[in-house]
Amino acid sequence: MRLQGKAWKFGDNISTDHIAPGRRFHLRSNLPELAKHVLEDADPEFASKVQPGDFVVGGNNFGLGSSREHAPTIIKMAGVSAVLAKSFARIFFRNAINVGLPVLICDTDQIGPGDELEVDLSTGRIYNRTQDIVLQAPPLPDVMIRLLADGGLAAHVAKHGDLVID
Amino acid sequence: MGLTLAEKILSQRVGREVRAGEIIVCDVDVALTQDGTGPLAVQQLQKIGMEKTARPESTILYIDHAAPSPRKELSNDHMLLRRFAEKTGCRLSDVGEGVCHQLIAEDYAAPGKVIIGADSHTCTAGALASFATGMGSTDVAMGIALGKTWFRVPETFQIQVTGKMPAGVYAKDLILHLIGMIGADGATYKALEFTGETIEAMPMWERLTLANMAVEAGAKVGLIASDEVTRDYLESQGRAEEYRPLAADPDAVYERVITIDVSELEPTVAAPHTVDNTHPVRELAGTKVDQVFIGSCTNGRLEDLAVAASILDGKQVASGVRCIVVPASKRIFLEAIRLGYIESLVAAGAVVLAPGCGPCVGVHEGILGDGEVSLNTSNRNFQGRLGNPKGFIYLGSPAVAAASALTGVITDPREVMENAIAR
Repeated sequence: MRLQGKAWKFGDNISTDHIAPGRRFHLRSNLPELAKHVLEDADPEFASKVQPGDFVVGGNNFGLGSSREHAPTIIKMAGVSAVLAKSFARIFFRNAINVGLPVLICDTDQIGPGDELEVDLSTGRIYNRTQDIVLQAPPLPDVMIRLLADGGLAAHVAKHGDLVID
Repeated sequence: MGLTLAEKILSQRVGREVRAGEIIVCDVDVALTQDGTGPLAVQQLQKIGMEKTARPESTILYIDHAAPSPRKELSNDHMLLRRFAEKTGCRLSDVGEGVCHQLIAEDYAAPGKVIIGADSHTCTAGALASFATGMGSTDVAMGIALGKTWFRVPETFQIQVTGKMPAGVYAKDLILHLIGMIGADGATYKALEFTGETIEAMPMWERLTLANMAVEAGAKVGLIASDEVTRDYLESQGRAEEYRPLAADPDAVYERVITIDVSELEPTVAAPHTVDNTHPVRELAGTKVDQVFIGSCTNGRLEDLAVAASILDGKQVASGVRCIVVPASKRIFLEAIRLGYIESLVAAGAVVLAPGCGPCVGVHEGILGDGEVSLNTSNRNFQGRLGNPKGFIYLGSPAVAAASALTGVITDPREVMENAIAR
């Protein structure tokens, strides 16, 4: 699957509080409304300006903090096609796969704000068209590829009636 | 080649020897959610038509993050959780019972158990040698319905701690020091295993603080071998029969060994806006505080309140400072009342709130104004954490918090502790 869009650049340690702040806690059962505030404490203009297909590009330890699955969910709902970062916090990474938001690890220093990117999810190849640079993300673990292919964890369990990962 | 504590617990649970790097499907002994993550977990189960719990007696929906509810939307979320518990027969812990991780320690955690929770600080129960880890709502929802989940068996960092903890220095200072050393992503994915003479001598209330903050270094679990301290704690909670000795093998293979000598450790504070931005308190001494929060799953235990009360007893919180105290559970609250800690704190000018998460998550009960500073005993100081991205949060021990409440500026507790509990 090939994705195309513009890079929205963020720094290191973007927390789930930046993505889905505690003061919006009451919107967690109203995800479309919560999505209007996605990443607002990192960039207040992001939610209103992001275009379908765009990429969120972070630095180290993207998604650290809380286990709130609402964070990757509303990034996906905002139309973001994938998150690219040098590294991800563990729970965010697993949650992203569970909700069907692709996450790729690569050297995001090679990506500037607004750069046009093309991402091939099947190979992990990232082409920065603006800078004419190719980046390569390591493949996801097999279990996660399987969950993504089923449309996320809930869809996987609905389909198989069980966890079927070996 | 021996097993680490993480490998040992998971091996025993799946009935064969498993090693770091393996992907396993494992039975879950305890599954929990809280009111910020439970509604989504319930909605996911409803969506796929699996409104059931494999182990209702050890599936617990806690209401602690926004308790009592400050908004109608959250009241409706709470109703959804109560209805799910009624329908499936699982447990519900309602407003005022306390923070999920404290209650898991009191009621469920025991050596060798596998615990998953839709809250990142589920790792707290590692202090009782439970393999306990935080996950998202969907992972925990499927764990609730199926009674199992999948794990990648983690590699382990052994944290060897030696030396005697100096007066005025606590587990909170030690864990902040460690996170400052290795960074907020220094142990991403790994298991932390705390060992050494200092840990062996450490009481359970402080072990829980250490394990609680393992996730602040990115770790999946924070584990401590079970011993007499574990046995005594379980006995005090009426669960002596759940004790069993469990430790890593002497020839276990660790990815990394980190040694810390605490004899020179100082009171330590994390400055805004990341937990690894740690400094000895003397470097930040004099920073004005508008608010102090003593509580949370990190430091809301009886002994934490005892330390704070001993510093504030017979004195007054500085003018212009709001000192908010939140016992981590109802049992702690009742005991703190009986022992006079609550009276000392309230007489000194503290505000005591119902057991729960209190201000920690920025939902209610202590939201900062623009530019205001809070010194918290909780575990996160991220931007916006106290409900306002223009607020500033420092993290420290209950002793640092109480000393700072007393003076109105960040203060080394040793300066005000001459008559207080040393350790």
